[in-house]
Amino acid sequence: MSTSTIEAKVKSIIADQLGVGEDEIKPESSFIEDLGADSLDIVELVMAMEEEFEVEIPDEEAENIKTVNDAVSYINTHKK
Amino acid sequence: MSQRRVVVTGTGLVSALGTGTEKNWQALIAGKSGIAQVTRFDVGKIDTRIAGEVKDFEPEAFIEKREVRRMDLYAQFALAAAQMAVTESGIPIGPDAPHGYIPEKVGVIVGSGIGGISSLEEQHRKGLEKGFDRLSPFFIIQMIINMAPGLISMRYNCKGPNWAPVSACATSAHAIGEAWKSIRLGETDAVIAGGAEAAITPLGLGGFSVMKALSTRNDDPAGASRPFDKDRDGFVMGEGAGILVLEEMEAAKKRGANILAEVVGYGANSDAYHVTQPAPEGEGAARCMRLALQSAGMNPEDVGYINAHGTSTPFNDANETKAIKTVFGDHARKIAVSSTKSMTGHMLGAAGGFEGVVSALALARNILPPTINQTTPDPDCDLDYVPNQAREVRVDAVMSNSFGFGGTNAVLVFKRF
Repeated sequence: MSTSTIEAKVKSIIADQLGVGEDEIKPESSFIEDLGADSLDIVELVMAMEEEFEVEIPDEEAENIKTVNDAVSYINTHKK
Repeated sequence: MSQRRVVVTGTGLVSALGTGTEKNWQALIAGKSGIAQVTRFDVGKIDTRIAGEVKDFEPEAFIEKREVRRMDLYAQFALAAAQMAVTESGIPIGPDAPHGYIPEKVGVIVGSGIGGISSLEEQHRKGLEKGFDRLSPFFIIQMIINMAPGLISMRYNCKGPNWAPVSACATSAHAIGEAWKSIRLGETDAVIAGGAEAAITPLGLGGFSVMKALSTRNDDPAGASRPFDKDRDGFVMGEGAGILVLEEMEAAKKRGANILAEVVGYGANSDAYHVTQPAPEGEGAARCMRLALQSAGMNPEDVGYINAHGTSTPFNDANETKAIKTVFGDHARKIAVSSTKSMTGHMLGAAGGFEGVVSALALARNILPPTINQTTPDPDCDLDYVPNQAREVRVDAVMSNSFGFGGTNAVLVFKRF
């Protein structure tokens, strides 16, 4: 799976769960500061990404995933 | 200092008859039934296949899309009805609004009998399929019953008491009564009060069905809820919300609010008898009606209309009739008694709120909604149930009865303003 495919899928999950337009989601967008997520949204986003990409994101790693880019690069590194 | 008085200044209704107070009122006085086949899920082998589902509800008209998916349907109904009530009342909250109430003195008391049961079912299913570490992080906030008042307080900045009564079918009558007490005591100056329910789910319908509490008149949905009729065979599940804005009278007058009615009495007690059956002769219900009259400082003769609990179960309607006769004596035959559950179905925890709004509107508009499906009189139910046709008549005081599983009773009295 290419990085751009991952990015597109991540954006689609975010748009769906946070109710924001995909055009508002930039690679550098912070989930909390730019996209209005709260701690529960983050949990849900992490779970959705785990299921979509079949990766496991441990809690201590999830804490470091703060932006769209963080998510894409984590998935890129850990995908099977 | 004279006793503080409490008035109704806003209403919000969601039921099988529609979304909006006016839509509901028009359907009620036209004698329309909201009962139909269950469409939301496959009822399978459940004996009852009918209910009063809300059909026209669009949550996005009241709640931001991203918030909708974080809320159970019951909480969506609650927020929608609260929005209607707040908009209608024009209640000002905060120092920036002219005559604005202090946020700390505005409470929200909104309950539910069952809460987020559809979310519970969905997440339990998910847990069994994928594991209980894969539940939605929103599950608990969807399910818990005080999330409805919590969400309402966040939207309208109500920083006073915030809680959810849970007393089965008496829930939202308790909510209104406790709100009335709170304003009278000076704990609050205004309260958003009522209840919401969305329990027409496999567990909800199946659960009430196996208790043999529900009508099985599946081939005649519109005729299934027939309180006080001889051929009644159980209640029909309804859903929705009924919410009122209550304000301290002097403050409401000062700000020029449109006052629909006054809340003047409240009784709350227990049968202490059986988990589902009412006490013989409606003993607890009668005591509760007397408590409400006493707190209103009224005589039985002052009441012109009773919005009955009237569930359409054989037990309730006969017992409630007996209780009314016990309390009102000879005057019982002169009182109009109707059950709007004949049209909405039994909205459980939302029933008292819905019927509280109906009681206020009956006073404000001089029309009593009927009990529909009155075809065969029952000798045990021999009062004036306003059969089949709404009635234009001016009454000065209305009683609203709500009785719940667990033997809990709540009775409210409203007065013309």
